[in-house]
Amino acid sequence: MFQFSSEQFRVKVGLAEMLKGGVIMDVTNADQAKIAEDAGASAVMALERVPADIRKEGGVARMANIAVIEKIMATVTIPVMAKARIGHFVEARILESLGVDYIDESEVLTPADEENHIDKGPFKVPFVCGARNLGEALRRIAEGAAMIRTKGEAGSGNIVEAVRHIRTIIKQMKQLTVLGKEEMVHQAKELQAPLELVEWVAEHGKLPVPNFSAGGIATPADAALVMQLGAEAVFVGSGIFKSSDPAARANAVVQAAKNYLDPEKLLAASRALGDAMPGLDISKLPESELLQTRGW
Amino acid sequence: MKQVGVLALQGDFAAHGAAIERAGARAVFVRDREQFAQIDGLVIPGGESTTMLKLLHYDNLMEPLAAFGREKPVFGTCAGAILIARNVFHPTQESLGLMDIGVERNAYGRQIDSRVVEIAVEPEFESRTAPGKLEAVFIRAPIIRRVGPSAHVLAEYRGDPVLVEEGRHLVATFHPELTSDPRVHALFLEKL
Repeated sequence: MFQFSSEQFRVKVGLAEMLKGGVIMDVTNADQAKIAEDAGASAVMALERVPADIRKEGGVARMANIAVIEKIMATVTIPVMAKARIGHFVEARILESLGVDYIDESEVLTPADEENHIDKGPFKVPFVCGARNLGEALRRIAEGAAMIRTKGEAGSGNIVEAVRHIRTIIKQMKQLTVLGKEEMVHQAKELQAPLELVEWVAEHGKLPVPNFSAGGIATPADAALVMQLGAEAVFVGSGIFKSSDPAARANAVVQAAKNYLDPEKLLAASRALGDAMPGLDISKLPESELLQTRGW
Repeated sequence: MKQVGVLALQGDFAAHGAAIERAGARAVFVRDREQFAQIDGLVIPGGESTTMLKLLHYDNLMEPLAAFGREKPVFGTCAGAILIARNVFHPTQESLGLMDIGVERNAYGRQIDSRVVEIAVEPEFESRTAPGKLEAVFIRAPIIRRVGPSAHVLAEYRGDPVLVEEGRHLVATFHPELTSDPRVHALFLEKL
């Protein structure tokens, strides 16, 4: 059922492997993409507005303007990702035809389908999806996602939700590894995830695809924190281009992801930065304004 | 046991570390120039060559890396092959110039053109390792467009060289670290 050994799946996961240890940055135009590439981003994510602006301005957030994505693709040589709305398989087909390197089926955009995510397996282009816990991650992988990232709380500048999500996923994986085979069906029921994937995680102690972190990373220290907790790379959304000096901050976050275990280098990366983006207290946000509860 | 460094600035360095250990050597993740003194050979992994180049400059590692390559074996896959080459184009990019080859970046297209294929190898590769075709994983791969007179092609795909050695150095435009076949890494360990 799950074709981990299929050529297509291996090629999709292969690109995610190449992005490990790096930083994927949200950009809304070619100039920002160039700044990101020059600062050492390993990929850029093209979107219409960064999450902090989507949060502020409201309205329906859709796939980015095609002309803008094309210009970004023509400007940088690193991989270009783009976001499609949850369940909007036509936006995804359009992005695939355009030739983007990865699609993020993202809760940051307004969902197009409140029940179903995109059936991602048949696409040639790989997908990344957000998750808050292991069950959600495995449901996305069952649909064909080749990379998982924590949802965190996009556009908040607050790392607390990303920490909660990466800790939850890692803890749930660890728990599975010490359980007996006879407990797996019950675990699959609890996690609301396919049995085969639950068994795979129990055997290997990790996800069958790379596990990255996103949602609220605003400082070099935030990036190193989620890496130390087990993320293999980070996405930074509003954190770069909503700060006072994007180029310096972008470079600092890249250095932090690379040297996440080295306090001296983290100190160096944290020096001489301008102001970080303003942060939001998640507990003060009404439920209806949370992005992480989109998708299931 | 031989110690093989894996440049760990960005990319699939963890997969290379595991492949080195499977092939019978000890892997060391290299992020600082001081570490070059402790290793017998170095792997430059897959990843984004533009990104790695920026990071190498930021840490002032270009010169120590080139100096290491003048004395010890270096093996590069994909982005690593781009960094090892003498000339890089599409677009033009700086490189270490450890091997006399010319490489075109992202030459097959974008991610949707990535693929896994079985490739035939030169009999010499088989006699130095073990018989059988190689499974080659190409991810946004480059193409080696020029091979200098002292470089030596060990495998081709569609008429283009994909596994090339020159003296102590070795490059692959595909990712042997993403397969279970240890032969390419074993070949590199023979050079140490």
